[in-house]
Amino acid sequence: MAKISAGSAPFDPFVAAQVLGPEAPPISERGTFAYLRGHLFGSVPQVLLTLFGAWLVYVTIPPMIQFFITDAVWSGTNREACLPDKVGRAVGACWPFIWAKFDQLVYGFYPAAERWRVNIVYALGAVLLLPLLIQSLPYKRLNAIAFFGVYPVVAFILLTGGDMEPKGFLLSWLGLGGLFSGFPAVGGLQLGFWADYILSAILVTALAAFVCRAVAGPEAMRPAIRSTLVTFAVLAAVLFAADIDLGLAPVETRLWGGLLVTLVIAVTGITVSLPFGILLALGRRSNLPLVKIASIAFIEFWRGVPLITVLFFATYMLPLFLPGRLTIDGLLRALVGVALFASAYMAEVVRGGLQAIPKGQYEGAMAVGLRSSLMMRLVVLPQALKLVIPGIVNNFIGLFKDTTLVLIVSIFDLLGAMRAAFTDPNWATPTTLFTGFGFAGIVYFVFCFGMSRYSMALERRLDRARRH
Amino acid sequence: MKKFLIAATAGLLAMAGAAQAATLDDVKARGALNCGVSQGLPGFSSPNDKNEWSGLDVDFCRAIAAAIFNDPSKVKYSPLSAKDRFTALTSGAIDLLSRNTTWTMSRDTTLGFNFAGVIYYDGQGFMIRKSAGVKSTTELDGASICVQTGTSNELNVGDYFRSKNMKYKEVIAFATLDEAIKAYESGRCDAFTSDRSQLAAVRLKLTNPADHLVLPETISKEPLGPLVRHGDDQWFDLVKWTYFALLNAEELGITSKNVDQMVNSTNPEIKRLLGTDGKYGEGVGLTADWAVRIIKAVGNYGEIYDRNVGPSTPLGIERGINKLWTEGGLQYGMPVR
Repeated sequence: MAKISAGSAPFDPFVAAQVLGPEAPPISERGTFAYLRGHLFGSVPQVLLTLFGAWLVYVTIPPMIQFFITDAVWSGTNREACLPDKVGRAVGACWPFIWAKFDQLVYGFYPAAERWRVNIVYALGAVLLLPLLIQSLPYKRLNAIAFFGVYPVVAFILLTGGDMEPKGFLLSWLGLGGLFSGFPAVGGLQLGFWADYILSAILVTALAAFVCRAVAGPEAMRPAIRSTLVTFAVLAAVLFAADIDLGLAPVETRLWGGLLVTLVIAVTGITVSLPFGILLALGRRSNLPLVKIASIAFIEFWRGVPLITVLFFATYMLPLFLPGRLTIDGLLRALVGVALFASAYMAEVVRGGLQAIPKGQYEGAMAVGLRSSLMMRLVVLPQALKLVIPGIVNNFIGLFKDTTLVLIVSIFDLLGAMRAAFTDPNWATPTTLFTGFGFAGIVYFVFCFGMSRYSMALERRLDRARRH
Repeated sequence: MKKFLIAATAGLLAMAGAAQAATLDDVKARGALNCGVSQGLPGFSSPNDKNEWSGLDVDFCRAIAAAIFNDPSKVKYSPLSAKDRFTALTSGAIDLLSRNTTWTMSRDTTLGFNFAGVIYYDGQGFMIRKSAGVKSTTELDGASICVQTGTSNELNVGDYFRSKNMKYKEVIAFATLDEAIKAYESGRCDAFTSDRSQLAAVRLKLTNPADHLVLPETISKEPLGPLVRHGDDQWFDLVKWTYFALLNAEELGITSKNVDQMVNSTNPEIKRLLGTDGKYGEGVGLTADWAVRIIKAVGNYGEIYDRNVGPSTPLGIERGINKLWTEGGLQYGMPVR
């Protein structure tokens, strides 16, 4: 702060040697008072809004606390515990109803002796998903393969019991099933099916090699053979795991229910819709007319019909059009319906992102010599997807809540199981309904709020370009 | 239009599933009975605390499974909504529909079903606040009435008021039963109407059940019973005679507790029913002791009634017209001979 004098010079300029520190803001601009004036009571409309908000909080929060906590009943074995005249006071939420129905809400009608399998699937999912979401942890690629590649197979086998007994592969479908009909089954493995599979693999590989040679010359043969064989080998591993008899009791999907079904449908829908949606969005912007028209037709068809119609059609009309005795599992039909439906919506969200990328980015990528697949993967998609994270997560959250529509095709998700539980006369009380919906609301909120917060953290992390 | 659609779908499905005749053989081969029940109706079919389906309709499914397999748990339940139930039966997805379905002429004829009996005689009633001072449905002139939408209850109200030359203020229809109850309770309407078995369930959910009263009149006939597809008479017989066996067992005093002693009875009617005299069970494709299996597993009709909807349950519905004919009711088992 000291002034420095320049000695005896005739002109003595003022030179500040240091930057002055900031003054404290005036008393009216700091502290609680300023906050109140700036944010709550700055103007007449602001005062009114503040008062309105306070009134809203006053009329909603205390009654909710009273209903769900202070007046609630916490233990009991049947409806008597929650009846005001039996308890002798006003009764709020009837929590023992939730405890009594908890298994049903989490597992549906999944047999009690086999529920450890569901628990393993829940636990494994959490163990694999959490490190995938936390950026600082290593082995992302391995983790992703485990979660997206291995986990669905393990979950499928654990939940259904495996031992699928596939009847025939490609050749049987082509009408040559008689060739393999005499084969026995060993350890749950259908040898006939596997003979068919191996023969089919050899034939398809040979065909691929031949076509590639004819079209692209002899040097294209080796990669064609390799990629075909790898595809068949991966598929074989999955089918083998599903075919082998591990001694698990089979559990039909009809018996699944509650949170299990909600999560199975939501997770399948989410993990299928993102890659499919990206492919469809790229297809819609493609220059190849066939790809473009097919993508547009797919997207517009699925966006044009309500999800309820899709589910209803898949469940009750589809079996009429399938040949003979071929039946497809009810849950699987709903899963496919939901996945296709969600993919179409996802495609339009991703397309929005693609359109937001300036042409210069494409031209720049081409100028540095990237071929179009690399241009998409390295330059366009990372930017486009980052832009539409809110839209993507919006879709995920919507999908999670839409799963409850499967109730109309007699699949009991969390809310369906809850509605069924309401009809138990042993628990019919004046507050059962509110308790049940309150609990369902809490469960949905936990999942949806979790997704929403994670997406916001992800946006902040990826938003380096715009951060100052 | 809706009826036409149902009929058209039913026809289409009937063609698709034409090749399935011997239901009993299919059931035996499958090792389980596919039974359609409701998605939740207190006392008739709802999941209990042990995570099993229970109720009057469910017990009938269990009785059939016991007759065929000697194991009442060999049932696969399909919880069906009111609009899907007939499609599921015609398409062969279920063998038997035991889902509080009213026996009507159109369902029995054009839709292509056979009703095997009336497992519960229900009827529509009214619930009203005691403070209104109304003692009979004939005094409901000018009332507003809450009802569940899309049910026959809604139509019955109109018919009833017209036939009595009364006018209602308004009929307010709600999508679900629970909404209708809450609306009635909050005072949106003066009276609430539904089947009497449901009114009993509704009472359980009211904050002050003592303030409400069910009027004595029943304004419609709702005979609820299990039904099967046209085209398989043997299966129809089996379902029908399972129902009769439950009634005859009650009439003859055979219960799940004493059935083992009753096998040694000298009463000719008991001997015929339990298969110690004659082989009547073979007439429905089963063995002579078919009724023993049924009674041992689920009890007689009275036991089923008392267990699920009777006075000792929360629903507490008196037998009323569902008593046996010998006690002044309508339940009448055809003789086994």
